[in-house]
Amino acid sequence: MIKTLTRRGLLQSSAVAAALALGLTACGGGGNAAPQQTVNSDAVEQALQKGGKLTVWAWDQSLKKVAEGFEAKYPNVDVNLVNAGTGNDQYTALQNAISAGSGVPDVAQIEYYALPQFALSKSLADLGQFGAADLDGTFTAGPWSSVQAQGGVYGLPMDSGPMALFYNKELFDKHGIAVPTTWDEFLEAGRALKKADPKAYIANDTGDAGFTTSMIWQAGGKPYQVDGTNVGVNFSDAGSTKFAETWQKLIDEDLLAPISSWSDEWYKGLGNGTIATLSTGAWMPGNLVSGVADGAGKWRVAPLPQWEKGATSSSENGGSSLAIPAASSQAALAYGFLKYSNVEEGVQTRIDGGAFPATAKDLASEKFQNTEFKYFGGQKANQIFAESAKNVPAGWSYLPFQVYANSIFNDTAGQAYVSGTKLKDGLTAWQKASVKYGTEQGFTVKE
Amino acid sequence: MTMTSPQVAARAGAGAPAGQSSRRASRRSWAGWWFIGPFMAVFALVFLAPIAYSIYLSVFRNQLIGGTAFVGLDNYARALGDAQFWSALGRVSLFLAVQVPVMLFIALVVALALDSGRLYGRSFFRISIFLPYAVPAVVATLMWGFMYGTRFGLVGNINQAFGLNLPSPLSSELVLASIGNIVTWEFIGYNMLIFYSALTVIPKSLYEAAEIDGAGQLRVITAIKLPAIRGAIVVASIFSVIGSFQLFNEPSILKSLSPNTISTYFTPNLYAFSLSFSGQQYNYSATVAIIMGLITMAIAYAVQVRGMRKER
Repeated sequence: MIKTLTRRGLLQSSAVAAALALGLTACGGGGNAAPQQTVNSDAVEQALQKGGKLTVWAWDQSLKKVAEGFEAKYPNVDVNLVNAGTGNDQYTALQNAISAGSGVPDVAQIEYYALPQFALSKSLADLGQFGAADLDGTFTAGPWSSVQAQGGVYGLPMDSGPMALFYNKELFDKHGIAVPTTWDEFLEAGRALKKADPKAYIANDTGDAGFTTSMIWQAGGKPYQVDGTNVGVNFSDAGSTKFAETWQKLIDEDLLAPISSWSDEWYKGLGNGTIATLSTGAWMPGNLVSGVADGAGKWRVAPLPQWEKGATSSSENGGSSLAIPAASSQAALAYGFLKYSNVEEGVQTRIDGGAFPATAKDLASEKFQNTEFKYFGGQKANQIFAESAKNVPAGWSYLPFQVYANSIFNDTAGQAYVSGTKLKDGLTAWQKASVKYGTEQGFTVKE
Repeated sequence: MTMTSPQVAARAGAGAPAGQSSRRASRRSWAGWWFIGPFMAVFALVFLAPIAYSIYLSVFRNQLIGGTAFVGLDNYARALGDAQFWSALGRVSLFLAVQVPVMLFIALVVALALDSGRLYGRSFFRISIFLPYAVPAVVATLMWGFMYGTRFGLVGNINQAFGLNLPSPLSSELVLASIGNIVTWEFIGYNMLIFYSALTVIPKSLYEAAEIDGAGQLRVITAIKLPAIRGAIVVASIFSVIGSFQLFNEPSILKSLSPNTISTYFTPNLYAFSLSFSGQQYNYSATVAIIMGLITMAIAYAVQVRGMRKER
């Protein structure tokens, strides 16, 4: 679970409009308010009543309760929830099962950043056939655009990760440092903090592909351009440059703790005041509660610092969808599960379990917005997260081979953290390596 | 000097009886097949079939766009010109050249010390030196990874307690040595046991003869013990050569602690792993694995030939 949360994903397909037109069979409009039944959604209803055995591959723990509720509502369906590994491990198993043509699950959890890769290889069923396009407006824009690929809808968003700044208020108060609202202020705060306490760092970072791309996304950068099999990779745009320049200063001045996220040192550092802030997705609170008990009451949430004073731009970091492998023989029944889990009753079950939803309705609900987080001293943090979800810049896409690209981030860009390599040059090296791989894989890649 | 290593014994028993009539020979050969049949079946299934499949994979190329195509020896040509592959191979070769001699030397000294009979609590030493081998490599690496921590780990504690500023064992310059330290810790006991068991089968009469001739301990070691366990040293060296080339667990686990100093092509196995599991380049990964297999075989064979050569 934890490992996946560090991965981020959002794909903005260039063909959202086409996707909307495609899957509709007999629908008057794409509105969330009055979705009309399509022929195929009758088929889903029939499949649910008829029942069967459904194999679901997911590592998200909250789905267990969802599966129980689903089985209670549709007594003829038997859900077999399998944890086939987390993130990349599961993708490997899934890829192998798909190539072998046997043992393929009916439903699989796939993170947003990895979805295009599976959609591209036609490994997933286009959910348009079940009227998934009708769900336009049900989900917030970021996650919804990230399940669109290749002119179809290839998954239903399960959760999302609008970013925010988590900070150790006690530490900031102790040294009289103001909470940064821009990245320049963040840099200043980092300097002030180091001066006040040489052992404290404004943040930890050892080079993280997901974080880097999310930051560039917020800065308005669009390093990846994807149009079918034509792919562009370019880290010299304004957004990428803004990030690289600011972060270079943080690296040069030794303001970032060289502690990898999710390590033992990291958990300790968050609790004992070594690491002052975390810029990450809205799924983080659960991890703080379970992993950093020492921090209870000390931490707070603020909007993500801005690249320009007064702006409200945000970004997405992490999140998964549920998708149906094309090889599943029970796609209709599987879609019934997807809908139950990600649109209907299952959403509340998962919110109760600590998940951050992707459904617009739940994000806007009073109950959700007014939830007080004990860990954050009673702060209504969901208001900040929900606001962040609205302010994610459109037009971002991930590569259709992002899984591999992310795996080689530390070979290239990560060198900036441990050697004299400049981050800007590191990103260029990452770009070159990504282009090389894409070309080898048969894409038409331009830099 | 007679060698009492298992190899010699096996070779002596392997001589086939000759001069039988052809009928009897043919009947006998059938019976032989029945005996080795079950072994051959399993051997073919779990050993030959995967190799054949890897070779089959290595002559194709699968692309995300374009599917699978036969490419002949293109993958091999690519591997031979692949700087990342060669840097991985260079790294494990350096590891082999430094870590293996150090480890085997320490193991040998410990085995000789145990065998000398002058050590009190011999069985306690034997078991405690062997114990690290019983710790799974994954657990051992996690444990060492924690100790290597410069903030809350052992290194951090030492720095704090003595006001030192030890460099991080996971920095670019030191990470290979740190991995060598873990591997040495893990495998000294194992190699010590190989040497020690070879030492215990040396006939005591030789020592008595040496004593009568007035030979000192050092002379006994160089003239009797070391020549007698030469076979065991060669075996241990071959295992270590193979182990070095297959280095994977330790860097793979430490990578999560130090992602920038351990690249995805840190060792050939890590490279093959990354190619297939992150990059889905199963074909090229199979090629890298085959080339590494051949190189490992060649070097292990060279060690064996060199080590077993009769010196006289």
